[in-house]
Amino acid sequence: MKLNERSLAFYATCDSPADNSGFLYKRGERHTAYHRRWFVLKGNMLFYFEEPDSREPVGVIVLEGCNVELCDAAESFAFAIRFGGAKSRTYVLAADSQAAMESWVKSLSRASFDYMRLVVRELEKQLQEMSRGLAGGAGGSWKPKPLEPEQSRERLPALPAIPPKENGCAVWNNALGAERPPDTSGCASAGHDEEENPRPPPVPPRRRVSNGEAASVAESPSAFCRLHEHYSREVARLRQDWQQRQRGPRP
Amino acid sequence: PAASAVLKKRLVKLVVNFLFYFRTDEAEPIGALLLEHCKITKEEENVFSISFIEEPERKYCFECATEEQCLEWVEALRRASYEFLRRSLIFYRNEIQKMTGKDPLEQYGISEEARFQLGAHRQ
Repeated sequence: MKLNERSLAFYATCDSPADNSGFLYKRGERHTAYHRRWFVLKGNMLFYFEEPDSREPVGVIVLEGCNVELCDAAESFAFAIRFGGAKSRTYVLAADSQAAMESWVKSLSRASFDYMRLVVRELEKQLQEMSRGLAGGAGGSWKPKPLEPEQSRERLPALPAIPPKENGCAVWNNALGAERPPDTSGCASAGHDEEENPRPPPVPPRRRVSNGEAASVAESPSAFCRLHEHYSREVARLRQDWQQRQRGPRP
Repeated sequence: PAASAVLKKRLVKLVVNFLFYFRTDEAEPIGALLLEHCKITKEEENVFSISFIEEPERKYCFECATEEQCLEWVEALRRASYEFLRRSLIFYRNEIQKMTGKDPLEQYGISEEARFQLGAHRQ
């Protein structure tokens, strides 16, 4: 089956933070010999390399629909990634210590997309319930400004702390020559017609005074995606304003 | 239809962060695209494209039956990456923590997990 291998290799080796990494011994498919490999876990993909500085992975294991369990191999600190299905292989790995093994088993068993989605939906539900419960009451505000409660809730900044560079977003944006308003440096989005997949959630512009538009969003549950769309329009407008005020494009 | 001048009819299936494509009468996919670090662009009517950060000029173009379908796909694909999901999680966690003063991940015993931290693993 074809795969966009270059993209996979890029994802494996790019700057984005790994969820776990380290040396593990991997049992070969036919032989019982173990090979020492450098493993990198990103999202639901477990890549393995010959060395930490190898330019591309030797292989990858997609961690969906699998079980991670301890196993009875002769090798100590061994664990297995087991897939269902008739033709599926079980990957036997071994760590160097009890602590390393436990750390890997933990991070691998929570690596699946499905697990992530489950947690996100749970939190989304919690947030919706809280929003409904607090409607009309005083919501927490990240700014001590006397905004109306509904608006202040929607104004909570998403992720000011994530610099786009960590996700490779800045590289992408620079390549496109996209310009960012200086205020929303935490947000790389450049308008909805340039939406790209790795876009960080938008930061509500700090300058803005409350306006009617935020109130209209406040009535509906503050689902991440809806806020995402909503703020992308605000950012597009801001960006337009900012561009008009600039003399020339930023480098 | 993948990155060629010729359009081929394919069955396309989005499963987690992979876009699988099949010949219409086959059960096994011909191939898959990993949807991380990619850009989904709405092209002309009924058409969208996927391109990847390391090779931005190469576009995988898809033509849908209707414009509505096309927009649905664009939306779905933009939210399909693991990284997007991770950011949503961190966003919600943050929001809830602000509102309640409590970390909602504590009840699941995963608040210390590296993958849920803000700006984890600076390299």
